[in-house]
Amino acid sequence: MNQIYLDNAATSWPKPECVPVAVSDAIMHYGGNPGRGGHKLALAAGELLYDVRERTAGLFGCNDPFRVIFTQNITMAVNLVLKGFLHPGDHVLVSPMEHNAIMRPLAAIGIAYSIIPGDINGKVKLSEIPALIRKNTRLIIICHESNVNGVIQPLREIGQAARGNGLFLLADCAQSAGHLPIDLEKDCIDFLCFTGHKGLFGPTGTGGVLFGSRVDVQQITPLLQGGTGSLSESFDQPSFLPDRFESGTQNMCGLVGLNAGLKWIEEQGLQTIAERSKDLITQLHEGLTSIPGVQCYYGGGQVLSITIDHVDNGSAAAELEERWGIMTRIGLHCAPLAHKTLGTFPNGTIRFAVSPFNTTEEIETTIRACRTLTEEACRKK
Amino acid sequence: MPEEMILLVHTSGHAFSIEKALKKRGISCRLTPIPRKVSSDCGICVRFAPEKLAEVRTFTETLPFEIQGIISDDSLSAEK
Repeated sequence: MNQIYLDNAATSWPKPECVPVAVSDAIMHYGGNPGRGGHKLALAAGELLYDVRERTAGLFGCNDPFRVIFTQNITMAVNLVLKGFLHPGDHVLVSPMEHNAIMRPLAAIGIAYSIIPGDINGKVKLSEIPALIRKNTRLIIICHESNVNGVIQPLREIGQAARGNGLFLLADCAQSAGHLPIDLEKDCIDFLCFTGHKGLFGPTGTGGVLFGSRVDVQQITPLLQGGTGSLSESFDQPSFLPDRFESGTQNMCGLVGLNAGLKWIEEQGLQTIAERSKDLITQLHEGLTSIPGVQCYYGGGQVLSITIDHVDNGSAAAELEERWGIMTRIGLHCAPLAHKTLGTFPNGTIRFAVSPFNTTEEIETTIRACRTLTEEACRKK
Repeated sequence: MPEEMILLVHTSGHAFSIEKALKKRGISCRLTPIPRKVSSDCGICVRFAPEKLAEVRTFTETLPFEIQGIISDDSLSAEK
């Protein structure tokens, strides 16, 4: 039985062939420590680290590569911003589709928030924003593309609304980076958080944040302090970028893999990747919505969710894998707020997330499998 | 060894950025460990020929970050 991987919202698989090749090459041939020492292996590693920093900046329309800060994942990037930028007493606005990567840090640091009302798919209503702003509101937080139903938020319009009201914007681009165009400056983003292992096709353990030009980085407290290979005579953390926020040895091999993923995206073209994935998810959406008994939750991105009448999500996922080799993800997807918005809390959904490596045949099999499960459940009822 | 100029930076990423940009402008340069007399950092510096000093200075004025300075390895005396 073939395996059909439709869990790309958790992490993309497979990666383009150049990614594991680059990681292996890094380990085998230039495994020095970037920024620590001047011998040829350290220099080779440092040069690659700069290369991926520059390439990441280029993808997101940032003209200063040193405003790209690498972290282990987007969760760490979000924590850096929320804990470093916000203060007790601040208030923020969030979309109704936020992930726990946002909601848990906010809870942990005791930041008050208001949820911007959305439509049936959780797309925020821009007109609702002004009434929610308080004297102490500092930040709008937006999940650009939902990891539950793929709804895409109007980032630029929200960014403009933020600027118009003297607020900052944090964009969680975990799902959107790599297939949607995102421009730090044109989209009025102040904190662009991304992960490397989903649509950018890098390995796990990579991600980061880009600071927009309005952000005074000296006003942001670093999440970590430690060795940077610079100002080593001092116990004080350097103030300059990226060292202010990047302590300790970077995930060199992971970042080399991310660089390969970014190069692959450049070669393929963002538009081509987006169209390929869009065709696949549209095929899946049309197929699933034609099945009586399947409830489909889809907002326009590369991800959609379903529930099947009279079928437990866990049992359905198990059957999909055991009988057809289809890998999905069930539950709340670490996004209880999004599920509450969609009315699928607390049972959650069965989630399908495509990548350009999926095929139309795989999608056909998935639709057929869901139809079979639904019909079997109907007969048992 | 012929005299070289040493461009000092705050962090190694700046050195890689400068090396790349100088080479793009046809200015030959190389990265080496920072001389101990200058800094206790475990980082690197950019070395280039003295006759390129004016050109390099002009270039560094366009950078979005500050450099630490440029010195001669002959004297290791600050020229900033």
